[in-house]
Amino acid sequence: MSSSVMSERSSSLRTLRSDNPRYGEKAIFAFLFFTAAVSVAVTTAIVLALFQPLPGFFAEISIVEFFTATEWSPGYARPIYGVWPIVVGTMIVVVTALLVAIPLGLLSAIYLSEYAPNAVRKTIKPVLEILEGIPTVATGLFAFFWLRPFLEYMTPWLPWGGLFSTGVAGIAVGLIIVPLIASVADDAMRSVPRALREGAYALGASRLRVALQVVVPAAFSGIIAAFVLGASRAVGETMIVLLVAGAGSPTLNFNPFEGVQTMTAYIASRATGEIAVGSLVYDTIFAVGALLFLITLAMNMIAIRFVARFREVYE
Amino acid sequence: MKKNIIAPVALAAAGLLLLSACATEAEEAAPVAEETAATETTEAASELSGTVLLDGSSTVGPFAEAAAELFMEVNPGVAVTVGISGTGGGFEKFCNGETDGSNASRDIKDEESALCADNGIAFGRVTVANDALSVIVNRDNPLDCISTDALKALWELDSTVANWGDIPGIDAGDLASEEVVLYGPGTDSGTFDFFTDEINGESGNIRTDYNNIGEDDNQAVQGVSGGLGAMAFIPYSFYQEYSDTVKGLAIDSGAGCIDPTVENLLAGDYTPLGRALFMFPASSALERPEVLAFYNFVIDENETIAGAAGLVALTDDQKAEQLAVVAGLG
Amino acid sequence: MANAFSNLPGRAQFAAAGAGLAVQNRFASDGSKGKVANTLFLALMLLALTVAITAIVAILAWAFVEGRTRLDGDLIFNGPSTVNRATAGYSVAILGTLQIIGGVIALIIPLGAGAALYLEQFADKTKWWNRVIELNIQNLAGVPSIVFGILGLAFFVRGPFSWGLVAAAGSATVALLVLPTVILASREAIKAVPPSILEGSLALGATRWQAVWRQVLPAAAPGMLTGVILAVSRAIGEAAPLLLVGALTFVTFAPNFFDGGYSALPVLIYNYAGRPQEEFQILAAAGVLLMLAVLIVINSFAIWLRARSERSW
Repeated sequence: MSSSVMSERSSSLRTLRSDNPRYGEKAIFAFLFFTAAVSVAVTTAIVLALFQPLPGFFAEISIVEFFTATEWSPGYARPIYGVWPIVVGTMIVVVTALLVAIPLGLLSAIYLSEYAPNAVRKTIKPVLEILEGIPTVATGLFAFFWLRPFLEYMTPWLPWGGLFSTGVAGIAVGLIIVPLIASVADDAMRSVPRALREGAYALGASRLRVALQVVVPAAFSGIIAAFVLGASRAVGETMIVLLVAGAGSPTLNFNPFEGVQTMTAYIASRATGEIAVGSLVYDTIFAVGALLFLITLAMNMIAIRFVARFREVYE
Repeated sequence: MKKNIIAPVALAAAGLLLLSACATEAEEAAPVAEETAATETTEAASELSGTVLLDGSSTVGPFAEAAAELFMEVNPGVAVTVGISGTGGGFEKFCNGETDGSNASRDIKDEESALCADNGIAFGRVTVANDALSVIVNRDNPLDCISTDALKALWELDSTVANWGDIPGIDAGDLASEEVVLYGPGTDSGTFDFFTDEINGESGNIRTDYNNIGEDDNQAVQGVSGGLGAMAFIPYSFYQEYSDTVKGLAIDSGAGCIDPTVENLLAGDYTPLGRALFMFPASSALERPEVLAFYNFVIDENETIAGAAGLVALTDDQKAEQLAVVAGLG
Repeated sequence: MANAFSNLPGRAQFAAAGAGLAVQNRFASDGSKGKVANTLFLALMLLALTVAITAIVAILAWAFVEGRTRLDGDLIFNGPSTVNRATAGYSVAILGTLQIIGGVIALIIPLGAGAALYLEQFADKTKWWNRVIELNIQNLAGVPSIVFGILGLAFFVRGPFSWGLVAAAGSATVALLVLPTVILASREAIKAVPPSILEGSLALGATRWQAVWRQVLPAAAPGMLTGVILAVSRAIGEAAPLLLVGALTFVTFAPNFFDGGYSALPVLIYNYAGRPQEEFQILAAAGVLLMLAVLIVINSFAIWLRARSERSW
């Protein structure tokens, strides 16, 4: 073997080896880290903005009262600062929303990824995304002016009270997160390697079995991510609950047929209202906001643990 | 087989920004204006230019918007903008020097004045319109008048009134056994503040079982028109708009039943539910001619502006008074 | 013992029989009961889709019925007006919304894709700070929009950036609000690319970045675009944070991104819906339709892009 061949081969190898240090790549890596760090910066900023007024706030309001009292009436003549009523409002909306959105979203996703012919899928997926794109103020107005009266008309035996309803708000919120769950779950299921499906079909499984017993378990982590994304969105939804769940009374109310204020509606009303900025009543925004942050944090930590345990990797 | 998507995406993003930028250049101020009553100051005022930034109450918002529009018709070089961060939010921005004037449905509070003082913002208070609260009931309700004492007994914190017959001092007639269904705004509303203060004696003093309609007074009207035994209190501008749908009660605060009419409001007879709406200009802003001209315009053209916004204009006495206030500040 | 595997020797027979039973158990033809289940499930899925689509149609119908009398040219070309309500329009708000969305897209694509790439491809998952970043991002998705408004006021309008009450501040605020959606969807998309693609590329001598940029990213593009589409859809409808950051309800000149007042469609719609005059109620409903039109225009490009770049494994 002459040395010319060797040098030829090694010169072509040289260009592929990574011992040409590519400084551009280091810069790219730094940029990527920076973009991820932005999310940390945002969270830190939120934590700062939310938690900083709290020591001053809880110097005046007993934290025990905050977490144990069952009346939420800041701004009233004899104010009580027990946060449970609005927490209950949020929970009713979120639970109803998930009850609506998970079945609808998952079923739609399974259909889109396993059953639908390509042309149908390419039309329906964007149509579903329109549902999410409908501005929440529109969905809220629609739910208040049409949906609730319609539901009340169809079910007069149910104990509807007043003009508002957390249950209907939950349904409306559920409807807008259906596309979120459907889209993300669909993408997750589509990315399950075809080989898995084909293997199951080859063994004689029906479409239903393949969908439910092969694809869904394989895409499980993506599907759970879709649910958690939807749930987070439901917790943080402001406009629909403002318009449909209304404000309700200051005491605990578990009735989904009546209006109960949610944490987000409370914050929105208070922030755009007539109360002086910086007053004690105004600072309840931060207390409630911080609580909301902690609740979603807990939800997400549980979900991450859950997903990590069940994730399946196929290669 | 790499599908190139970078180029189309970059192109699209550039296109989007270019589109709005081009539109920015081409688009000029496009207020929709038909000719309205011209003012005497048309000729002199037209060379003014600059900006006037207003923010604050959503009750005063429509008034400020109408004022802005009409002012800009005769002063096309001035750009007046209006925001609605709420009275509280408006004051906060104002005392941070971010706006030229704050619109408010209540007077400035001590902590807000303190903030302004800390930041060196001197300001004045201009009354710009008369507003009121209307107590409304269903059109088929036999009641026409209610006393402030009865209102207090009905709405106050420890009230035990359940049916119309339980309200002291009124003759409920056929409605005696009908349940009273109350609608009202929440604690973030200036209307809430005002009503509880005037009728129940203390801001925030109200029974806790009323139907809280949040921020949208339209819904109080909806509730009242849909229920025979319903009652609500709403801003007067809403009552004016819906006077065929609901009935506004006359208020008796000791001097007899006073109907909620414009005449009674202007005469100052509709007590205690008459209130003033304010605009707080910053003294430093008033040094600019366009801002000074604007506030004078607001008072001079008060009837037209208030009419357009559904509010009640200032009386002539009030106008003279407020013009002096502005002159003293500018 | 005669069975399908009789011709196999000894233990192999048992093994084969066992495997056969296991497979049969899992995948046996369902027979008539199975066919019913299949049809029922299909019916359920179609029902779910129908419900979702009916909701869209109902909302559009509501907006159309309430707002149809104002579907005219004035709606798009006229500015806001309180004095001449019947001919008021959304021209300035449309421009404001377009600018805000333009800024949002410009921010979320690099930040979202970058963060997702970092977390999936370059981060060492065992390091605690990377886990913190992951948790942070997921948590951000649940923070209510109004809190981002408070954040935007403190950090973009005032504070470190001090841009003032301008469209750029509104854009940045909304971009942060929807960023988690993009990151989450992009991460799922990147996770879904079979590692063999990346590994094959590395085996052929590419650097990690080359492999990611040329193989993984294009493959993950459809999923990432889904994230962008969802994010833009959310961003266009957000009124609450914009209200706090200075979006105006009355401004008659076109917005300049970094200077001067701006408005936005959802802010106006929310404001008009709360006014007593009937013209404003109609205007609000008409505005909803307008927003949807704008949304469809923006999203259709992204949808087309996604359809082009989809592939399956």
